[in-house]
Amino acid sequence: MADIHQEGAGADFDLSQFYQIFFEEAAENLDQMEHMLLDLDLQEANDEELNGIFRCAHSIKGGAATFGFADVAELTHQMESLLDRLRRHEIQPIPQMVDVLLESADISRVLLARHQSGAQDEPPSTADLVRRISELASGQVPAEPVKPAAPAATPAPVQPQPAEAAPAPAAPARPGMRALQIRIGPIERLEQADAIKELFRDIAGLGTITDLPSSEPNMRLFAVETSSTDNDLLDLFAFHVAKEQVQIHENGAPPAQGESFGFFPDAPGAPGSKPGNALGAIEPTSPVTRIAPKVESKGGSQAQMESNTIRVSVSKVDQLINLVGELVITQAMLAQNSLGLDPATYQQLISGLADLDRNTRDLQESVMSIRMIPMSIVFSRFPRMLRDVANKLGKKVELVTLGEATELDKGLVEKITDPLTHLVRNSVDHGIEMPQDRLAAGKSEHGTITLSASHQGGSIVIEVRDDGRGLSREKILKKARERGLDVSDQMSDQDVWQIIFAPGFSTADTVTDVSGRGVGMDVVKRNIASLNGTVEIDSSEGYGTRVSVRLPLTLAIMDGMSVGVGDEVYILPLSSVVESFQVNPDDVNTVAQGSQLVRVREEYMPVIALEKVFEVPRFDMDKSSTIMVVVEEDGNRVALLVDELLGQHQVVVKNLESNYRKVPNVSGATILGDGRVALILDIGGLVRRARH
Amino acid sequence: MQSILAVDDSPSMRKMVSFTLTGAGYQVVEAVDGQDALEKAQTQNIDLVLADQNMPRLDGIGLTRKLREDPRFKTVPILILTTESSDQMKQAGKAAGATGWLVKPFDPNRLIEVIKKVIR
Repeated sequence: MADIHQEGAGADFDLSQFYQIFFEEAAENLDQMEHMLLDLDLQEANDEELNGIFRCAHSIKGGAATFGFADVAELTHQMESLLDRLRRHEIQPIPQMVDVLLESADISRVLLARHQSGAQDEPPSTADLVRRISELASGQVPAEPVKPAAPAATPAPVQPQPAEAAPAPAAPARPGMRALQIRIGPIERLEQADAIKELFRDIAGLGTITDLPSSEPNMRLFAVETSSTDNDLLDLFAFHVAKEQVQIHENGAPPAQGESFGFFPDAPGAPGSKPGNALGAIEPTSPVTRIAPKVESKGGSQAQMESNTIRVSVSKVDQLINLVGELVITQAMLAQNSLGLDPATYQQLISGLADLDRNTRDLQESVMSIRMIPMSIVFSRFPRMLRDVANKLGKKVELVTLGEATELDKGLVEKITDPLTHLVRNSVDHGIEMPQDRLAAGKSEHGTITLSASHQGGSIVIEVRDDGRGLSREKILKKARERGLDVSDQMSDQDVWQIIFAPGFSTADTVTDVSGRGVGMDVVKRNIASLNGTVEIDSSEGYGTRVSVRLPLTLAIMDGMSVGVGDEVYILPLSSVVESFQVNPDDVNTVAQGSQLVRVREEYMPVIALEKVFEVPRFDMDKSSTIMVVVEEDGNRVALLVDELLGQHQVVVKNLESNYRKVPNVSGATILGDGRVALILDIGGLVRRARH
Repeated sequence: MQSILAVDDSPSMRKMVSFTLTGAGYQVVEAVDGQDALEKAQTQNIDLVLADQNMPRLDGIGLTRKLREDPRFKTVPILILTTESSDQMKQAGKAAGATGWLVKPFDPNRLIEVIKKVIR
């Protein structure tokens, strides 16, 4: 356990037991702060939002200082100072502030993670951030726009500061600055130490340095005011003196303002009379400062936490799901077999079966829900990413998300996140135009990227849509020819779009660090194909691009409507069924090539006779298809012609592709109560078939 | 056993304060913000209130003001935990009727010492 020194008498408190709670709390606060920052309307920032963001930084700072994570406390203290001025309306919110606060939140996460894991490596430098925050807090706008993250951590900021801070060595440290005493020595040539003074002269923004009298002959003593951390200073000084020869002492910790506690005179319940002095034997001391403790044993503190979750291997959950699937089938079989029983004789058996039916259903739902998580988990990462990428590229992009509550299997969520990230990046980088180009094209300055998720029949469809420049047919064909791909001008748009899935294919003129290196769409397609999914592209030059990822619900339990055609039973996903009706022969018109249209309330829609599509043998010639079931996919409706409607029930979807092979117009199969196999129809496929 | 109402919106601070006070032999009632504290104060016997200043819904000074309106809390010591001990804060605290203040971060031992000054 971390060794924490406590002054004064009394029990030794081991604060490490609270670390885990603090880490979780800080992570929540950082997430919340990030969300609120991203949602912040700079033009009309209301007090409630600003207070909320302030409170997040404030809470983290309080905890970090209490539990001894000095680096986090310092950084969040700076953030808090900036936010405090904002919420008091002393300064106006500007985009740079949101940028620097988001960056600070990121660094805070890294710092916290280091404390949590007990990492020993070099911590990320916060000096530059601290400087930028305090500049913004003092009402200055940084001279240069924020550069894209420099890969190498520079030991000290070398950017010229617009207004040089007036040196005030004797005054208490200004906000954001640390007042330090730095002792250099023992050294043989004291002039060496003067080189350090020159550093402060040469590097604007590093701070101020003044000589202090030193009692020892081979030592030099300086008073320094800086925003840099000890580590940064040591790195900087290392050019002139060895690290061992440098000692840095803090003159006062940030919150050291007056006494650490006190009572108001004559206040209810106060012990003495005078403020501050009413403390008897206790002398006011500066707040406790501790060296950041290392969390060596996470187990100990975690074990004491009340835990609401357990970790279970996915394979156990899958086994459970399989077994419940079998149980559902068995239950359906029992229900079917009990239909002919005399209710009077078998009353108990029948009521028992009804209970079994209900319990099986509940059990099934509970078990399925274990693996299901809402798409909002995936979508929530995009606002921040989009903002960063758009900033980097100088574009203006708004994100719209739809269907966040759509639930998706956990395994699919994990695997779909990377491909989706790639698609969204592509949309910003290649799709959305620069603001001036958009204006020139008569579009709004802001591009819009729409992320949506929905259940469509047996599939989940996730779409990434942008209103950008769209794909250029000519450009793709040209690039394809350059790469020696076999293409022709007669290819359909769909086929042309498919070219971008070729390995290494990129139409980007320049490779940016966002995307365009040509490793991408082929990987996206491969990843999605490995989930038995498909990717479709729809694009219109000048208007935008839509990429639809369709994932099969391999695990889904689906609400289905069973319909009979001849002796066959087919399942229609209930979600795509619009209505059904007895067909009136007058409403059916035969048009070219024998295809039929039916008129439903002044709307004509194609008719698909399932009997023909699946070539159902018909033995009972008295029966025929006279019922239309209207189904819808992507807003397109078709009428399916069937013999009879058999009922609605939940079905366990069994994947055909993994057990057999892909069958056109069929998305899966299920086992009926009587043990027979019924095919689940792919409504999307049928609709597309009718439209071509 | 004397009872302390510990009010803080930060779970880790609440746990830490609660642990410290329980270890020192006090009974602790936790509240997540000023509003929650007001509700708990109605139903529990409280000998001292230890309230964070910055909280959602109702802050420490607001809570103090409300509690002082209640005859039962006219003389109950109320200590405000704050990260700043500015004169402004002190004036606001005094005007609201707080007993004293304690600057965060604080040493758990110091917390107990301060509390022992006001309740025995």
